[in-house]
Amino acid sequence: MADDLETLKQDTLAALEAAQDRTAWDAVRVGTLGKSGALTGLLKQLGRLAPDERKARGQALNRLRDELGAAIEARGQALEAEALAARLASEKIDVTMPAPEEVLGGIHPISRTVEEMTAIFGAMGFTVAEGPDVESQWHNFSALNTPDHHPARTEHDTFYLPAEDGAEEPRVLRTQTSGVQIRTMLGNKPPIRIIAPGRTYRADHDATHSPMFHQCEGLVVDRNITLGHLKGCLIEFLRVYFDKPNLPVRFRASYFPFTEPSMEVDIGWSKATGEIGGGSDWLEVLGAGMVHPRVLANCGLDPAEWQGFAFGMGIERLAMLKNGIPDLRSFYESDLRWLRHYGFSAFAPANLTEGV
Amino acid sequence: MKFSLSWLREHLDFTASVEDVCKRLNEIGLEVEGVDNPAQRLRGFRTAKILEATRHPDADRLQVCRVAAGEGFEEVQVVCGAPNARTGLNVIFAPPGTYVPGLDITIKKGKIRGQASGGMLCSLRELGIGEETDGIAELPETAPLGQAYAAYADLDDPVIEIAITPNRGDALGIRGIARDLAAAGLGTLRAWTVEPITASDDAPLSWKIDHAGCTQVAGRVIRGVKNGPSPEWLRKRLEAVGVKPISALVDVTNYLAYDIGRPLHVFDLAKLSGDTLSVTHAARETFTGLDDGEYVLGTEDMVIADDAGVQSLAGLIGGKASGVDENTVDVFVESALFDAVRIALTGRRLAIHTDARQRFERGVDQALVRPGLDAATNLIVQLCGGTPGAVVEAGAEPNWGREATLRFERLAALGGVEIAPDAAVQSLVGLGFEIVSRDDARVTFRVPSWRNDIAMPCENLAFRDGLDDAKKTALTESVQRIEPECDLLEEVLRLYGLDNVQPQALPQVSMVPAPAVNGLQARKALLRRVCAARGLMETVGFSFVAYDDAVLFGDAPEALRLLNPIATDLDQLRATPLINLGRALGRNVARGLAVSGDGALFELGPVFDAAGQQTVLAGIRGGLSARAPGQKAQEPSVWDVKADLVAVLAALGVPDASLSVTADAPSYYHPGRSGQVRQGPKLVLGRFGELHPAIVKALGLSGSVVAFEVLLDQIPQPKVKRKAAPVLSALQPVRRDFAFLAGPDVEAQAVLRAARNAERKLIQDVRLFDVFEGGSLPEGYRSLGVEVILQPQTESLIDTQIEAVSQSVEAAVEKATGATLRR
Repeated sequence: MADDLETLKQDTLAALEAAQDRTAWDAVRVGTLGKSGALTGLLKQLGRLAPDERKARGQALNRLRDELGAAIEARGQALEAEALAARLASEKIDVTMPAPEEVLGGIHPISRTVEEMTAIFGAMGFTVAEGPDVESQWHNFSALNTPDHHPARTEHDTFYLPAEDGAEEPRVLRTQTSGVQIRTMLGNKPPIRIIAPGRTYRADHDATHSPMFHQCEGLVVDRNITLGHLKGCLIEFLRVYFDKPNLPVRFRASYFPFTEPSMEVDIGWSKATGEIGGGSDWLEVLGAGMVHPRVLANCGLDPAEWQGFAFGMGIERLAMLKNGIPDLRSFYESDLRWLRHYGFSAFAPANLTEGV
Repeated sequence: MKFSLSWLREHLDFTASVEDVCKRLNEIGLEVEGVDNPAQRLRGFRTAKILEATRHPDADRLQVCRVAAGEGFEEVQVVCGAPNARTGLNVIFAPPGTYVPGLDITIKKGKIRGQASGGMLCSLRELGIGEETDGIAELPETAPLGQAYAAYADLDDPVIEIAITPNRGDALGIRGIARDLAAAGLGTLRAWTVEPITASDDAPLSWKIDHAGCTQVAGRVIRGVKNGPSPEWLRKRLEAVGVKPISALVDVTNYLAYDIGRPLHVFDLAKLSGDTLSVTHAARETFTGLDDGEYVLGTEDMVIADDAGVQSLAGLIGGKASGVDENTVDVFVESALFDAVRIALTGRRLAIHTDARQRFERGVDQALVRPGLDAATNLIVQLCGGTPGAVVEAGAEPNWGREATLRFERLAALGGVEIAPDAAVQSLVGLGFEIVSRDDARVTFRVPSWRNDIAMPCENLAFRDGLDDAKKTALTESVQRIEPECDLLEEVLRLYGLDNVQPQALPQVSMVPAPAVNGLQARKALLRRVCAARGLMETVGFSFVAYDDAVLFGDAPEALRLLNPIATDLDQLRATPLINLGRALGRNVARGLAVSGDGALFELGPVFDAAGQQTVLAGIRGGLSARAPGQKAQEPSVWDVKADLVAVLAALGVPDASLSVTADAPSYYHPGRSGQVRQGPKLVLGRFGELHPAIVKALGLSGSVVAFEVLLDQIPQPKVKRKAAPVLSALQPVRRDFAFLAGPDVEAQAVLRAARNAERKLIQDVRLFDVFEGGSLPEGYRSLGVEVILQPQTESLIDTQIEAVSQSVEAAVEKATGATLRR
């Protein structure tokens, strides 16, 4: 290589080495390969050379151009990488800082429990029926074979409201959602298969009683419904609800004015540990029975033709048992800590596909 | 109802264990509420003798006793503080490790004032079975050494407590319980007979019935009795079931109330005047009962009166004036049949809870007035001596022999179980039902006198309104036929054991069931999830609130005030869940909570007004947001709850374009920072805003508290229709910004609506992107920055088209609101 080319090469490489930023690097690039660059100038002078010289000089210049081009490109990339590395270093943050908090809402255990009950009974062909919280005494008591003087009326500790204009009898806050059963029988011809979850009220306030609580009642009326169906339906419900396929369920004869025979239903549990299905103790969870002929007749259904069963359970009670909630009153206190602890996610509604 | 196993044995011959008895009772509907065996409570206590008692060397009031208590405790030193501890006394000794129920302590070995003490000498009160006495229990000299005290004192006798359902008056007598158990196959019922009585014809009093609530009343005089404490066997029996022994005459009546369920009353003859006792209506008068209670009577109440006045409140409680005492010589014993309803109503009104009321109001044995009187007579003569006189009576035993028929096929058709007819019949016979007739298909029984719950007449069905007479008659006839049969089925099934009925799956209506909830119900569940997903926590509040709170939030009409509230802060049906939510937020803030953006609650529940009941979804936001790097804690703003409300309406499918906001929310909102969302001019769908500062203060809160309500029942369900396919233009939308100068009364809503409606085809959306006031703008004027988005469908827009739309927007806004474009 001619001396001048060697000098140009060394000068350029040195200049590249000295370039510490994009601007300096660009100056070298333009000064070498740009329109008026040193190498470009030498290339332009080629035409003036004698043909024999021109060939060798041309080859040398081309080689030098490739060499310097590659060196410039490499230096450019190196500078870019350095710049990026410097930027990244400067952008470092403390990633251990907490993410911004998102406030989580939740679904109340009572709503959740109603949804679970609805899902299970829904799978057995029940639909949900509703009725008013303020009832006539006829809907709440009389139609249910509970006349004025009946001891069951006093046991219920009823809340009364002033009579409606023109009426004499005080209205009541429903002590049970059975009024919904009555409305259903009045408004629909059997077959009937409903559950009626809702608010109920009794004048009782202590550690284990709340003046307002929730019940879910159920009613099945058809021509051939037997006590066997009552048992099958309720055992299935309890086992699915508690997710215990072998949950012991016991039926004890009892008395309600609106069913005959009547019974209370117990599940197996352990008094010591609270474990459902374990231990050798029994825990009452619901009441049930075959619909009393008088109740059917009061609603205009002939008891010689129609029969069925009804049941009622406390929603809070079942929610407490399943979720290990110790105190009834806490359901209505709206303490944020309690709600966060026992609340359910908005994104996991109760359904049988995912399991209740 | 309590009874001891030994008392049960008087009526039932059985070998079953107490556990088996309880199990069977539970199965047949006599629910066991508890079992108490005194012997278990008294484990450890044993009989002992004080060999020698000497004064404690260092304490005047203590004695050091050498005690012999049998095997293992041949000689124990015990320090005792009882004044009656003395040499040679037979006592009750509690060795170390014994739990002492009356003191709730467990005995430990120790030293008392330097003297070793290896146990305790006890009083009956310390054992939990006696009254306070001065010193330790003194056992007779004949008491053995080292025997378990419970066994020595004959206390190894479990007491079972059962719940009696309202239909089972017969089980309020131990004989009734024994009969049920025998019919259920546990033991054999013993015969119950009354010894014949040799009576004089002495009859100083006669009966008169002047009240419809009494069908039969009988009585007799017994002269020359000596009243005093009952013998030990009787006192023990009564004490075991929780009845306090009073005197032999009173104890006899209590004994028979428990033994055979027959209430009785004994008058002191010397304290009665005249020769007639009347069962009659009370006057408006005051009566003093045996319990010293003063009862104000009304004319509907049934009393037993002599010439001097009321001597007993029939079937409820005797009178203090004519009660027996230790000086009583001649008595008059009363046994009667009183109407259950009458007794229940008076008893409930006067809040009298006696064993007599409990039995009468559930119905007593209709045939036991005379046998009960005789049984009482025998016991009184046996315990107190005396000469019985003649029975005097008014009214008569009612005709209780109702019939009930069971068709055997109904055992399977209703009970769902195959029970052999013979077995069914045998169960009922065991309960005292007498067969009237029987064939292959059916059996007819005569109902026993003690079962007031079976085949009762059906006269007053509570029919629905508007049912015609023919239908009523037909239905009544059906009930008259079916109900007695259900009564019998219930008896057979409970004795058979409900657990023995095979469960059956409900017949399937369709392979995949229809939805369990309808559309209106489903959207409530949806809204709960929408709210929860927005960071609101669901609460459940009482439907009733404090009257004062209701007033604070508007109106508290009398029609919605409870007549018998349980507490003064729970007496008014609420008009909005915001009352509960406000209080709940207040409680949380008071606990130092709700300072990380979580002061956000909602409830979906009923509200009440004169028109009835509605379902409302309400939410509240208060407290502060969490502080974070670069962010101060902030109070919630109106826009947070307006966003909640918009999200809820969107979830319900309410088209946003159909809504408008008016600034006329109820008075519990801040008048200048609240609004109602309307669809059309009349229909209010919801409200939102800051709560009124006065309300915020009254709730014990401060700062900005914001809330929203959605009146769910007002929101129409969207019609389900198939959606048209969307138009997805390939062309980019064009965005144009406008700044309108809006006068003081111009609402942003009106500007946006005018802009949106300025042109139908191209304008796809209109957004408010900026609001500016102050600066060079006139006082009260705002500059509203509005972005209009134009969506070309088939070809790109050219400048003249865009310009034309811009001019329409400008003109439409100016025409509708007077706001002009800022140049």
